[in-house]
Amino acid sequence: MAKYLLLKHYRGAPVAVNDVPMDQWTPEEVAAHIRYMDEFAARLESTGEFVDGQALSPEGAFVRSDGPGRPPVTDGPFAETKDLIAGWMVIDVDSYERAVELAGELSAAPGAGGEPIQEWLELRPILTVPPTITE
Amino acid sequence: MDEAVLRSLTPTVIAVLVRRGADFAAAEDAVQEALIEAVRAWPAERPRDPQGWLITVAWRKFLDAARAEASRRRREEHAEAEPAPEPGPAVDDTLQLYFLCAHPSLSPASAVALTLRAVGGLTTRQIAQAYLVPEATMAQRISRAKKTVSGVRFTQPGDLTTVLRVLYLVFNEGYSGEVDLAAEAIRLTRQLAVLTKHEEAAGLLALMLLHHARRAARTRPDGSLVPLAEQDRGRWDTRLIAEGVDVLQAALARDRLGEFQAQAAIAALHADAQTAQETDWVQIVEWYDELVRLTDSPIARLNRAVALGEADGPRAGLAALAELDPSLPRHTAALAYLHERAGDAATAARLYADAARLASNLPERAHLTRQAARLNVLLRFPDE
Repeated sequence: MAKYLLLKHYRGAPVAVNDVPMDQWTPEEVAAHIRYMDEFAARLESTGEFVDGQALSPEGAFVRSDGPGRPPVTDGPFAETKDLIAGWMVIDVDSYERAVELAGELSAAPGAGGEPIQEWLELRPILTVPPTITE
Repeated sequence: MDEAVLRSLTPTVIAVLVRRGADFAAAEDAVQEALIEAVRAWPAERPRDPQGWLITVAWRKFLDAARAEASRRRREEHAEAEPAPEPGPAVDDTLQLYFLCAHPSLSPASAVALTLRAVGGLTTRQIAQAYLVPEATMAQRISRAKKTVSGVRFTQPGDLTTVLRVLYLVFNEGYSGEVDLAAEAIRLTRQLAVLTKHEEAAGLLALMLLHHARRAARTRPDGSLVPLAEQDRGRWDTRLIAEGVDVLQAALARDRLGEFQAQAAIAALHADAQTAQETDWVQIVEWYDELVRLTDSPIARLNRAVALGEADGPRAGLAALAELDPSLPRHTAALAYLHERAGDAATAARLYADAARLASNLPERAHLTRQAARLNVLLRFPDE
C-alpha cells in the first residue's frame, strides 16, 4: 500500500526509443495512443490501483510573491525551460515492483508507426503518514 | 443507534446468510445494504432484536438481488427457496470471516479493505476516505477481493498469522478519515483475541493498546512528531497501559512466545518507565534478541542496535549498526542519532540531513530536518 506519482515529461527526460513528435504521427496513431492511455487508466481503476491523473498544458508561467501588499509577479512561459511536465498519474499499489511494472506498461503506449514510444517516465514515491509503531 | 454496535453485528449476519446458502460476495453486498437501511430506520424506531432485524432485512435484500439476477438471466427457478432452519449464529462463523477476508491469496491492501468492510462493517466510502483513494477505486478493490476468495470454502480452517498481519497493518498504517482506524483495529483484534484465545492475538492486542496509550503525547498541536524520549508521559493513557499489560501478562504466562508478544513486551517496558532516563534498556535489548530470534527481521536488528546504544553506550550501538545493510529504512537516522550521542555533532548533522532525504513520510522528514538544523546551529555558534 504505497502511492506513487508517474510523471510524463514533454522535455527533460532522457530521449525515448521511438522519439517522433506527436504532430508527425498519423491521425490514427494519435487516436490509438489516446485510446491506450484511456484504457490503461480504466484498467487501473478496475484493479483498485488508480488514484488520479491529469494531462497538463505545456503553456504556463512562473509565479512568485513580490512581498507584502504587492501583487504576485508572473514570468514566462519559458520556451527554453529544460524540464516540462506533460502529465501525471497517481497510483496506489502493493509494492515498488508493481509500480515499476505499471510505469513500464504506460511507457509502452503506441506512437509513430504504431510502435511503442518507450519513453522515460519518472516514478516518485509519495510521502506517507508516519506509522504508529516504530520502536 | 450506536454505529459501533451496528457494525459489530456485521460479520455474524454475513455468516448467517452464507450458511443459508448465499455466496460470500452476495451476502456481503446484502448486509451492506441492510446496514444502510438500519442507519436510516433505527433512529426512529430501534428494533428489539437488532441482530434478528438485520438478518431479516439482509436476507430479503439478498433474495431481491438474486431474483433480479435470475430474471435477468431468465432462470427464475433459482434462489426462490425459503431459508433453511437457522442453527443460530456461532462464534466460529465470525472467526471464519476473519480468515476469509485475510486469505493468503489476497494482496495486503485487498485484505485490509475486505476486512474493514465485511468484518468491520465500514462502508466503501469510509474505507476509501481513510486510505485516500477514490471511492470507485476502493469499490473495485473490494469487489476483486471478493471474487478472489469466492472459491474458498467457508469451513476451511484459516491462517491466523495473516489475519494478525492485516490487523497490524490497519493499526500501524491507519490514515485518518472520519473513522478512527486505530480504534477500529483494536476493536477487531479484541474480538479476535476473544474468539481464538490465541496468545499472539492477545500479544497483538496488547501491542496496540500500549501504543494507542501514547497517542495524545505523540504529536504536538502543530502535527509534528514527539520522539518517545521527549514525550510528556503524564499524557499517556494509564487505563490503556494497565489493560495492555494485563493482556500481555496473561499471554506470556502461557509460555508460547511470538513476535507480537515480544513487541508488546518492549512497549510495556517503555510504558513502565516514569521518565525516559528510567527505561530498562538492558531488558529491552533482551526482548529484541528474542524478536530477532523469532522473526530474523532486519528491522528488529536495527531497533536492537539503537537499544544497545542506550544500554551499553553509543559505540556499542554503532558497532551493531555497522553489521546491518545501510539501505534499511531508518538506518541513516539511527546512525545520526548514535553519532550525536557519541559526541560527533558534525557527522550527526550531515547524517540527519541525509536521513531526512530518505524519509518515507512527511512528519519524520520534518523531524529529521529539525535535528540537522539544531546541530548545524550549535556547530556555527558553539558558545551559545
